[in-house]
Amino acid sequence: MEALFFILFGAIAVGGAVMVVTRRHPMVSALYLILTLFAVAALFVLRHAHFLAAIQVIIYAGAVVVLFIFVIMLINVPESRLPVERATIVRVAGVIAAGLLILESAVLARRFAMPKAPVSGVGTVEAVGRALFTDYLLAFEVTSVLLLAAVIGAIALSNKKL
Amino acid sequence: MEALARSLVNFVPVLGGVPLWTITLLVMVASAAVVLVFALTFEGVGSLVLRKVAGDIQARIGPNRVGPNGMLQFLADGVKLVLKEDIIPARADRLLFRLAPYFVFVGSFAAFVVVPFGVGLIAADLNIGIYYVMAVTSLVVVGILLAGWSSNNKWALLGGMRAAAQIVSYEIPVGMALIPAVLVAGSLSLQAIVKSQGGLFGIFGWNLFHDPFAFFSFLLYFTAAQAETNQTPFDLPEAESELVSGYNVEYSGIRFGLFFLAEFGDMFIVAALATACFLGGWNVPFVSVAALPPVWGNLLSLGVFLGKAFTMVLIMMWVRWTLPRLRVDQLMRMSWKYMVPLTFVNLLGVSLWLLLFHGKGIPQMIASLFG
Repeated sequence: MEALFFILFGAIAVGGAVMVVTRRHPMVSALYLILTLFAVAALFVLRHAHFLAAIQVIIYAGAVVVLFIFVIMLINVPESRLPVERATIVRVAGVIAAGLLILESAVLARRFAMPKAPVSGVGTVEAVGRALFTDYLLAFEVTSVLLLAAVIGAIALSNKKL
Repeated sequence: MEALARSLVNFVPVLGGVPLWTITLLVMVASAAVVLVFALTFEGVGSLVLRKVAGDIQARIGPNRVGPNGMLQFLADGVKLVLKEDIIPARADRLLFRLAPYFVFVGSFAAFVVVPFGVGLIAADLNIGIYYVMAVTSLVVVGILLAGWSSNNKWALLGGMRAAAQIVSYEIPVGMALIPAVLVAGSLSLQAIVKSQGGLFGIFGWNLFHDPFAFFSFLLYFTAAQAETNQTPFDLPEAESELVSGYNVEYSGIRFGLFFLAEFGDMFIVAALATACFLGGWNVPFVSVAALPPVWGNLLSLGVFLGKAFTMVLIMMWVRWTLPRLRVDQLMRMSWKYMVPLTFVNLLGVSLWLLLFHGKGIPQMIASLFG
């Protein structure tokens, strides 16, 4: 049962990702990106990592993609003037890179077998919170200082007179 | 769900031959259908009540033609919306134009699944309940943006932009104002949050009366949520006087109806979250609902929950017809300069309170004074 859902959502995620890079219109690409993100969130749910799934949707689908859509809407390039990728070399390189990626993941999957049953207590609120405030406390605090600096920088850049 | 399916098999032995997961799946589909029917009924009746309340507040009669006292107006509206021609503007992006209302409706309806209607009446008691609501409602922004953009209409585009900016801005104070309830209960599950507000103190067990910061965060939540769902003092995305009707201006027929239903759905979600997180949810004062026979316990708790939630909805309508609309810059300033800092200070206050007084609220402290 679980394997069935895994294959289903995995296929949706991969298919959506392929559509993101092949669609001509950026708005359609952004929508497929949302589909992919939701499918990945469903994969998290299958591994009992509900918190990660919710955060994935809130941050990526709710904030990042909305930002993308905002930019696409504001620039609003007419369909007839969208650039088309014509260089054959880029396409060939893309196919080779994709092949290498699939090969690499196959090798990795063979070396580190996937755990059969969901590991309990990974990706829940409690587990993520405990990990953040014990093992990764320094990295967590440094990241928050970095983000604070970025916020202050953005305000300083956008509003010179403050 | 699986436990429910198992008890169903015990109850009806004929089902024993069917694989358990089929029954579990059917139970899931059935409970989702029940929630959907409730949501649609609420949204229909809600639209009638909204117009009646508007009539009362503006000293006029309101709808009074269809059925006794206009009671069947919402049915007539529904039939009209379904039968009307579905017009797609010639220059619109046809696929995205047709897709957008579903994003909005699904985003709003999916949140109903975790609403704790009663002791055992919850379609799915997720352990991340509150985050789930925030996650699925983020689909609404995408739908509104798509609707605004794909209509190929300046007003729709402006409305969509405003709506997205507003929802993204007010998502932060909404989330931050709900966290005090999570901290007091020690869980993100809505059912656990409601349970933590029961006990000996009756209505003083509610998170609302837990400490001053919790009371304040209820007010912050209610204001911010009103803005996040584009209700009237903050309904700039629709602003009839300047934007005609905003992102849904080009929509007609049932596609418009879906936007409309989603708006009422959002109203109920806001009211239900306020009830569950701050107003004691389905707890009945001085009665242990869980100890009653399941049927009576569920009915009683359902009645109490719906009573509280509908009262909140009525208050939202009252606010809606009383206050004038803000300006765009005032709206943004209110979120980023006032509500966000206030919710952060408030969160700090609740955390300090819980730390200093070992998680005790004011009622417990008063009770311990008298031994």
